[in-house]
Amino acid sequence: MQWETVIGLEIHAQLATKSKIFSAASTAYGAEPNSQACLVDLAMPGVLPVLNKRALEMGIAFGLAINAEVPKKSVFARKNYFYPDSPKGYQISQFDLPVVGKGQIEIEVNGEKKIIGVTRAHLEEDAGKSLHEDFHGMTGIDLNRSGTPLLEIVSEPDMRSAAEAIAYAKAIHELVQFIGICDGNLQEGSFRMDVNVSIRRPGEPYGTRTELKNINSFKFVEKAIAYEVDRHIDVIESGGTIVQETRLYDADKDETRSMRAKEEANDYRYFPDPDLLPVMISDEDIEAVRQRLPELPAVLRARFVADYGLSDYDANLLTSSKAMAQYFETMLQTAGDAQAKLCANWMSGELAKSLNRDELAIEASPISATDLAGLVVRIVDNTISGKIAKQVFEAMWQGEGSADQVIEAKGLKQITDSGAIEQIVDEVLAANSQQVEAYKGGQEKMFGFFVGQVMKLSKGQANPAQVNALLKQKLGQ
Amino acid sequence: MYQYSIKQLSDALQTKQVSSVELTQYFLTRMKSLDPQVNSFITQTPELALQMAAQADEALAAGNAHPLTGIPMAHKDIFCTDGVRTSCGSKMLDNFIAPYDAHVVTQFKNCHMPILGKTNMDEFAMGSSSESSYYGPTKNPWDLNAVPGGSSGGSAAAVAAGLVPFTTGTDTGGSIRQPAAFCGISGIKPTYGAVSRFGMISYASSFDQGGPMAMSAQDCAWLLNAMVGFDQRDSTSMQIEPTDYTAQLDKSLKGLKVGVPSDYFGEGLDPHVAASVKQAIAEIEKLGAEVVEVSLPNQKLAVAAYYVLAPAEASSNLSRYDGVRFGHRCDAPNDLNDLYTRSRAEGFGAEVKRRIMVGAYALSAGYYDAYYLKAQKVRRLVRDDFSRAFESCDVILGPVAPTVAFNIGEKTDDPVSMYLADLYTIPVNLAGLPAMSIPAGFVNQRPVGLHLVGPYFSEARLLNVAHQYQQVTNWHQQRPEWVGDK
Repeated sequence: MQWETVIGLEIHAQLATKSKIFSAASTAYGAEPNSQACLVDLAMPGVLPVLNKRALEMGIAFGLAINAEVPKKSVFARKNYFYPDSPKGYQISQFDLPVVGKGQIEIEVNGEKKIIGVTRAHLEEDAGKSLHEDFHGMTGIDLNRSGTPLLEIVSEPDMRSAAEAIAYAKAIHELVQFIGICDGNLQEGSFRMDVNVSIRRPGEPYGTRTELKNINSFKFVEKAIAYEVDRHIDVIESGGTIVQETRLYDADKDETRSMRAKEEANDYRYFPDPDLLPVMISDEDIEAVRQRLPELPAVLRARFVADYGLSDYDANLLTSSKAMAQYFETMLQTAGDAQAKLCANWMSGELAKSLNRDELAIEASPISATDLAGLVVRIVDNTISGKIAKQVFEAMWQGEGSADQVIEAKGLKQITDSGAIEQIVDEVLAANSQQVEAYKGGQEKMFGFFVGQVMKLSKGQANPAQVNALLKQKLGQ
Repeated sequence: MYQYSIKQLSDALQTKQVSSVELTQYFLTRMKSLDPQVNSFITQTPELALQMAAQADEALAAGNAHPLTGIPMAHKDIFCTDGVRTSCGSKMLDNFIAPYDAHVVTQFKNCHMPILGKTNMDEFAMGSSSESSYYGPTKNPWDLNAVPGGSSGGSAAAVAAGLVPFTTGTDTGGSIRQPAAFCGISGIKPTYGAVSRFGMISYASSFDQGGPMAMSAQDCAWLLNAMVGFDQRDSTSMQIEPTDYTAQLDKSLKGLKVGVPSDYFGEGLDPHVAASVKQAIAEIEKLGAEVVEVSLPNQKLAVAAYYVLAPAEASSNLSRYDGVRFGHRCDAPNDLNDLYTRSRAEGFGAEVKRRIMVGAYALSAGYYDAYYLKAQKVRRLVRDDFSRAFESCDVILGPVAPTVAFNIGEKTDDPVSMYLADLYTIPVNLAGLPAMSIPAGFVNQRPVGLHLVGPYFSEARLLNVAHQYQQVTNWHQQRPEWVGDK
């Protein structure tokens, strides 16, 4: 009988606030150790936390983006445990009353759409870092990250394959960036995933789960799940039982190993933090956040398909980030809505290819949306052909100016003067009398040869339609 | 001069009859000669005091100085004071030099009040006798064999002995009022949230509140003016209208409704203390107040609820003392666990450990509902009791403590009897109300305190009642003979 995989994800998204969630220290990444840890982050005697309003607003924004309820009352709680990088001896998190309640997000795997439930999302502070290297048997503590705001997003166990888990993780990853609450940087740890995996026979109750902690790459999530599912099956089919535990995925060895079993788990002694009053969230607060929320990817996608007649594929690509969507809509301002398809093609074609090649984000594109639209306009108005356009694009990428400047400087303007084209056509026909004979003798495929010769002689600048018409006219006689 | 009121000292300074340096020098001399017998200071800061006094004199010379400018004072050693050891009465923080000022410290520094030192206290404010201090017990100036009360015992004793005109204290379950009562001085615990807790080392966050301790209600009013105010660094700090707490002192008590809870005068209250308190209430009645009987039926549950909730918060608040970043660290730890367990075992005293264990237990899985949540329900009941009582009266009067000061060592082996010393004060902290203790007589040459409790933000009214009482009595002006001017 088949095994069914059951997966749930806990995602820690680092919120893109300037200062920490309960102190005024900067959250910037990569500073000298402990240079961004103020008295509050150091948990000096007598200091008190004060909630960063932006972090709360970002939490609410996420709730709205996944159609979740945002409760009127939100409470911060202390999670008590001792660890050197947790300076207070407790982490301020949320327990009973998180900022975001039940919500959902749609994913698509192999063309199949599925709704994944989000159980809750809560605000909490990040811990510092323990550095074990370079300290000769001692441990260094860097509290720069201590107090950085996190949104922990907990899914329902709704995913049934690694592919679904990845699709969900990517959908959340895309969404948090889209609404501007997280920079999504996986390498810097701005987006970390804990994966809960279990297996069962279809229809039976959930099996015992294991938790794979702190994975910061989609690829590793996929591999970790694959490894863990195989391990579960092996254990159960050989008569053993799965122990509920936290496991670490070792990417180098491509395996998971036990970190701690549940029996060893801490009793965190959660209780409401008496230093922070319950946060009351009014309808006006929620409305204010809603006003500032950008159009969400799903809405944008639907609009792109409906308004511009784009394919699902193009619409998906153009809404994969807010910057992509903005680039596209800026292009349309210059090129006009009628050229939506052509604009989309240029974005998914030359632009995407060049960005990939040079490892650039779209925000750093050397060609602005307005300039790329300028190129599209010149294709549409027949100033240049699509083929020449690629040449112009390359020059623009190298910083040689706008489409018009490049066309002018390189003399790439399409020849539409029928007299000039006729001259070239005549020249070609005269120089290739043998081929003309062959064509007239019934070898109609020779026609392409003549077109090629004319284009070659015109350096690609002759208007292809006019060339075709003239050739037909002359050969037909 | 040690018998001068804050108002008199202020007038003397403002009219240049005395300089702040002279005044500071005077109190430093008293402190030096008398404190060895009282042990009310953990740290004395004569250099800082004189330096601040010189600045105060400059401010006074320049004119327009704040009325409190130049008057020496001392802080309970729970308020972080930049550059000064802030020990909280614990070995754990014996080596801790605070790198910043508490909000309250800043407020008084802004008034140019020279800091004479940091006063003794029960370790981490946990206690009712100041005997749990790492720096040895403070003695009651009225009887050196008696405790001064706690936890702000050093602050109370220093004022009673005339070592300093006023001190700051903190009150979590009675820690300003009970020592004020035991030492025969006046102390007020403001409404929770009126005084910022920023820089005040936390014992139980939802109860802790700072306040002034001085010789009279009038003195307290002057000091409260400088202490109260919104502080954005404390999320529980309240935004309240700026109030001049001295403005209503002279108001008549005609028509004042005084609630006297029958529940207060039952079992456990020393009959002599009861007699003194009743006499004080009669005095206030003579001033025009009307006495009504009120009932606070859930008060008897308050001590039990407090000893679940306060230790629960404390168990978490004190987790930061782990030997890693500051404070006591054990020698040569074998590993992380050894570092934690030995540093904490060595750094904390018995009472602190007891409360951490009680609190951790009350919060642990499987016990949370039965202890912590149940105690929170009691907290609401106690608060509701007061709300109901204040529908029929303006102020509630009663005893501060069931007895006068007990002897040093008398209750150290019996924590529960020690906890019951705060029977009358604890309910007020559960509700977050303002309350005062003022002297109202003596039993066996030891002072008795009268407890005044009011509705939220009724500090001005409490001070008014206390001040009017102090206009017709002189308990507050009495001093132990041996501390007299030499």
